[in-house]
Amino acid sequence: MAIIVERRRLTWMERTYLPQIVSGLWITLKNLFKPKVTLEYPEQAPILPPGYRGAPTLVMDSAGREKCVSCQLCEFVCPPKAIKIVPGEISGNSEYAYIEKAPKEFEINMLRCIFCGYCEEACPEKAIVLQQEFSLNGRTRAEMIRNKKQLYEAGGVLPDKIKKWKKVKDTADLEGGSH
Amino acid sequence: MVTLCEITAGAAEASIWGVVGHVLLLFLFSFIAAMVVMTFAGLSVVAERKVCAFIQGRLGPNRTAIPIVAAIPLLGNFLKRNGLMQLLADALKFLFKEDPIPGHVNKFWYMAAPAMFLAPVLIVGAVIPFGVYWSDGSMHPIAVADFDLSIIFMLAISSLTVFGGLMAGWSSNSKLPYIAATRSGAQIISYELTMGITIVTLVIWAATMVENPLNIFEVAAAQSGLWFCITQPLGAFLFLVALFAETNRLPFDVSESEADLVSGVHTEYGSFKFGLFYVGEYGHMALASMLFVTLFLGAWYPFPGCEWPSDWGWISSVLSVFTFLVKVAFMIFFFIWMRWTLPRFRYDQVMRLGWSVLVPLGIANFVFYLVLISL
Ligand code: SF4
Ligand code: SF4
Repeated sequence: MAIIVERRRLTWMERTYLPQIVSGLWITLKNLFKPKVTLEYPEQAPILPPGYRGAPTLVMDSAGREKCVSCQLCEFVCPPKAIKIVPGEISGNSEYAYIEKAPKEFEINMLRCIFCGYCEEACPEKAIVLQQEFSLNGRTRAEMIRNKKQLYEAGGVLPDKIKKWKKVKDTADLEGGSH
Repeated sequence: MVTLCEITAGAAEASIWGVVGHVLLLFLFSFIAAMVVMTFAGLSVVAERKVCAFIQGRLGPNRTAIPIVAAIPLLGNFLKRNGLMQLLADALKFLFKEDPIPGHVNKFWYMAAPAMFLAPVLIVGAVIPFGVYWSDGSMHPIAVADFDLSIIFMLAISSLTVFGGLMAGWSSNSKLPYIAATRSGAQIISYELTMGITIVTLVIWAATMVENPLNIFEVAAAQSGLWFCITQPLGAFLFLVALFAETNRLPFDVSESEADLVSGVHTEYGSFKFGLFYVGEYGHMALASMLFVTLFLGAWYPFPGCEWPSDWGWISSVLSVFTFLVKVAFMIFFFIWMRWTLPRFRYDQVMRLGWSVLVPLGIANFVFYLVLISL
């Protein structure tokens, strides 16, 4: 059923605009004294929401082991091709030799990175994490390419809930180490 | 009331040096008056940005700093936080930008237009009484020129700005400035009518109190009792609306409406010439505020029915100037406040409002006071 909306004619006062103008002035006057939303950036730090995607970093587990296994999934998924990985092997006499692979070099070009977080999503080891650093600057292009060492410095330690590699090692020990 | 000619004539009788000295003094006065108007124009640019920011919940310009000045303990920070050094930065930008003249313009009128736009503001500034001083037991205005018919002079000169706009619009040889110029011309002419009628009403009313009601100073001085915005509320309101339209301020800035006309008559201008238009616009606003304060808001009187005592001598003079400037500052704030409150009228609405509402109201107001006076 069609509904006929009744269109009220403006009252005489409304057609003079004046009450509306006065109430508008009152609103803007109140706004004049309200607290301001401006964030004075360099002095005041912005409040970053949880899940904020800042600079991508590499993290270590609580034992200080590098988690990245240089599977290169992040390199392949990265839309602007910001990541460059040189895969390497973990040497045989290392405690973690059974993990086999670790990156020899890992570079993220912060000039290319678009902070999409795909690398973090793709990583099977939760080794690459976008953290809260958002102010990235340098005087040369070369400065903006972070190498493995810098990435680990920025990343720090991220304890895991699931100790994936530890478990494998323990089972391997139990079964007599045929792994 | 001593007029300009009388003084010069009197001085001429004295000696040729008397005349020279007098003329130099007049130059100095004019310079000061122009500086006052320009200062207000400049400050209102800052005020506009600050008030607009505050109304929108922002802080506005507060970062620009001149190295040495900003290091002065309290003052430097004050200037910086209130965006006052931003003003200087803007001015420098206008001065040092490249000043190209488009190939398609009519050079002469193109160059003349900005000056034509700004000059009337500074000229009218001459008749505004910024305050009063007392000598020989009578009150004199602190103004560059004080002569009979100064209201007529003010009306005549201030409407010359329309030519600045028209010249700019036509000589730019570009359709948007041209449309803007015709719009602003039509608008100013329409609202000038309302303004004229309200001033006539004011003048006949003032004629019952002073002997020379066309002298802006005497009209202002007649408000020692009730201010004219109290005795003529409708007239004051109509005059204020007309001032908004004359200065092309929102809600009547159809000639600048950036949505459809880029930015009005100065679209084709750059650097210093644009700066002149910019300052001219704010100068108009400052001048309009001064006019409203002088004619309706009790000029230098602090409160209705109360005045600075004449036996305080120069202290009263200083206070009178101060009162006047405070009121002007408030009016400028009001102009800005209005701008960030209201949206723009459509062009046809502006015209309809002018011709079929304000003019009849003005005439009715005029007739009412005519009857009231003759009773
Ligand atoms: S956040 Fe996106 S762009 Fe940046 S490195 Fe990861 S995948 Fe590449
Ligand atoms: S960071 Fe993750 S996805 Fe990238 S190579 Fe290392 S393990 Fe693979």
